[in-house]
Amino acid sequence: MNAIILSAILGVIMMFCSAFVKNKKSYKVVAFIGLIILLIANIIETYSHSFFTFPLYGMLSFDRFGLYLNSLIIVSVIIYFFLSSSEIEHVGEHVAEYFALIIFSLCGIFILTSFSNLLTLFLGIEIMSIPLYILTGSQKMSLISNEASLKYFLMGSFSTGLMLMGIALIYGGTETFDIAKIVNVHGGNISFLEVTGMLLMVASLCFKVSAAPFHFWTPDVYDGAPSVFTSFMATIIKIGGFIGFIRFLSARAEQTNVDYNNTFGIDWHFIFAIIIIATLIFGNITAIFQRSVKRMLAYSSIAQAGFMLFALFSMNDVSKEGFLLYAVAYSFATIGIFAILSKMSDVTLDGYNGLAKTHPALAFANVIFLLSLAGIPLTAGFFAKYYMLSSAVEVKGYLWLVIAGVIFAAISAYYYFRVIQSMYFKEGTTEFQYEISKPFTIGVIVLAILVILVGVFPQTILNYLYF
Amino acid sequence: MIALFIIIPLVAGLISFFVKDDKSVKGFSIVASAIVFLLTLYATSCNHTLSVSLPWLPQLNSNFSLSLDGMSKMLCVLTALSFPLVFTSTIDNHYSKPNNFYGLMFLTMAGLMGVFLANDVLLFYFFWELALIPVYFISSQYGGERRIPVTFKFFVYTFIGSLLMLVGIMYLYFQMPNKDFSIQAFYNLHLAGNQQDLVFFLFFIAFAIKMPIFPLHTWQPDAYEQSPTPTTMILSGVMVKMGLYATIRFVVPIFPEAVKHFSHLVIILSVIGILYASLIAIKQDDIKRLIAYSSIAHIGLMCAAIFSLQEIGWQGVMIQMFNHGINVIGLWIVANAIEQQTGTRKLSELGGLAIKAPVLATMFMIMTLANISLPLTNAFIGEFLMFNGLFRYNIWAAVIPLISIILVAVYSLGAMAKMFYGETTAHTENASEAGSFVNYTLAVIVMLVIVLGVYPHPILQLTQDTVNAILK
Repeated sequence: MNAIILSAILGVIMMFCSAFVKNKKSYKVVAFIGLIILLIANIIETYSHSFFTFPLYGMLSFDRFGLYLNSLIIVSVIIYFFLSSSEIEHVGEHVAEYFALIIFSLCGIFILTSFSNLLTLFLGIEIMSIPLYILTGSQKMSLISNEASLKYFLMGSFSTGLMLMGIALIYGGTETFDIAKIVNVHGGNISFLEVTGMLLMVASLCFKVSAAPFHFWTPDVYDGAPSVFTSFMATIIKIGGFIGFIRFLSARAEQTNVDYNNTFGIDWHFIFAIIIIATLIFGNITAIFQRSVKRMLAYSSIAQAGFMLFALFSMNDVSKEGFLLYAVAYSFATIGIFAILSKMSDVTLDGYNGLAKTHPALAFANVIFLLSLAGIPLTAGFFAKYYMLSSAVEVKGYLWLVIAGVIFAAISAYYYFRVIQSMYFKEGTTEFQYEISKPFTIGVIVLAILVILVGVFPQTILNYLYF
Repeated sequence: MIALFIIIPLVAGLISFFVKDDKSVKGFSIVASAIVFLLTLYATSCNHTLSVSLPWLPQLNSNFSLSLDGMSKMLCVLTALSFPLVFTSTIDNHYSKPNNFYGLMFLTMAGLMGVFLANDVLLFYFFWELALIPVYFISSQYGGERRIPVTFKFFVYTFIGSLLMLVGIMYLYFQMPNKDFSIQAFYNLHLAGNQQDLVFFLFFIAFAIKMPIFPLHTWQPDAYEQSPTPTTMILSGVMVKMGLYATIRFVVPIFPEAVKHFSHLVIILSVIGILYASLIAIKQDDIKRLIAYSSIAHIGLMCAAIFSLQEIGWQGVMIQMFNHGINVIGLWIVANAIEQQTGTRKLSELGGLAIKAPVLATMFMIMTLANISLPLTNAFIGEFLMFNGLFRYNIWAAVIPLISIILVAVYSLGAMAKMFYGETTAHTENASEAGSFVNYTLAVIVMLVIVLGVYPHPILQLTQDTVNAILK
């Protein structure tokens, strides 16, 4: 509760800043302090109590998993601001609004980590998404940015429509919005309305996390948006979407008397196996052919979503822990890569040529991030993938899915390593649009070391889930 | 103490990255690797199994646990001996950034040591990958002209293999009632026959790629040719032993049924590989490619001998793992010396070197004889025992690969003749004796070749306990 309310207040404060504070540099200071207060408030709620006690009427419920994820997300955003806030200032005129929009979007994510009702799910998804439509189009003079924004908005509203339709059908079938009650309300008799409603909801949530076959918006939007905001969308928002998805489905998994696999008479394992395979094929194969690193990262984010979908596929304790690790490993690495990328003037592979000669520290950190995305041991990405895949090994009869998963992990190494080859083994000089400051370099190195630490001792992240 | 085998190379590697001066980094590397060698010798002299265990991932029941039994001792000594030899013999090579080169070499060493020591399957997987990544960076940065695609092919091949192994590990792990990553728990897991068959392949493909076994060998000649010679020495001398080691350590004890099912298949593939590689080696013009194919043939024989499941054959494998490592490093050192002297690796452009460099020629002659596994050289006893084991398994499994001994003689002596005898060419006219460091290392290797050829008992005795424990 603390996080939701304080983030909304912080967003409003940021908006007022733009009217009353003229010094642009001070916005990020305000945002920083606000986020740190948010983090502290959220930790206080995790370990003792909430500052706010409203009657919630079963709309929201807070558990350890959700609160811990909130903390991790706030930490990610703090890192993101630390590395990229100077590029946010370069995007356009209304700097304070950008910060405000990002924080409003965060508020949506906090609702998604705690909803227990279809209406709050809908609210969370919308509060998270609407600021993004604006952020995507924030380069007002750039045609690509405008196109991306419009495309994102149209597709996004369409999927929202699907979700509303799904909610309505589920309500029609079960007479309740409560996610814990919609399962098995008739004692096993499944109505046609519920099944259709569930499938519509899944389709619309797949859209939000860019799972195939609902991923077509992703490359264009990620490519068109300013790089700093792509970084935010590809990491924190994607994790947010997944949390919503997982919470929505886990309400069914937690009903002890219901077999998860067969609720609503649908073989969920099979459906998710198909979605995973399609997402992995599309994301990985298309990423291989990209010349632009930014676009490659867009496709790679689809491929990574394919691995995160394993959490939805298996829905057991391992997958929950795995998702936490994956969220951390993936967001840290991607934020790091984008932080460097958004300072560069040429975001194609050739732009990276010779980075190791001119900026060895940045190149080294970039290698760690890329290795982590590829899932190489000693980096956080390895244990993230390990947990995800091992959660699926537990599901009987789907070993083929795991084998397919590792083969695509090996394919993904191909396009990540091409960036490493450009940086280290090709001649050239990398040109930067914006200046590389000392604190920035140190920040990136620290992030890389964090990635390695999580890769060697993943328990440090997971322990806080329980203690 | 055995944790030091890993920690010293790791720390030495990190230090090397910051020693920018060419001379001091080279000196430092030789000293540091020699210290590790002395340590391993000391550990080998202990009669009992040394082990260490620290908690690492308690929730997964995975420990940082190392243990040193006979086979590990033998391979650790090989690893620790190879690095000083490699560093000393290539001391005259020039690199653009020597600190990075030596730093990455030490990381490889740490990875290799970890692989041979790990007593925990997840830890083993960690080191398995750790040994690969630095090699990728070294070869892509310091290799020949086609280094980037070739090294990448090598990387993708082995990475796919190790990921399949990872699936296998996970599968076995989830079959256990009380989930545990220790190697003992994997041994105690008795799977049903059809389960074994599937997981056997997940593991064996990974190891077969590393060895490499026909038809998964295609990365190897290119990678050996394009990598800088010091890395090639480590790749062929020590790293291929990872595949053999892991087959003995994991595949045979964990999947006894599947090994019996597929021993025919693996031996047939190995024998095809032996003949095929030997035949191709005859046609090679590049010294490095010639040694690469010869290495495929030797490794194929060792793999076949493992799957014959005869005690005597396994003893041969143990001896040969060590000796092949020594011999092949010796061959590479000569190849490197010749390339440094003449600027070419093509047999057709060489000739008459025996007059210009008589010491090198003598050393290479002995090494060549060891490669043909003539009696009195160290390779003889190993190959003899392996053929003996194969003979007990099936007479044809021994007779057909015996042809390869003739083929080895054909290409080895052919190469010898082309390089050292005949008229001098434009390339060899100004050649002279290799540097004194090269000669000293070659002398050490030649001594080992002869001493172990006459008295192989220490290695046999060292590894006897492992052979007995695994073959029962």
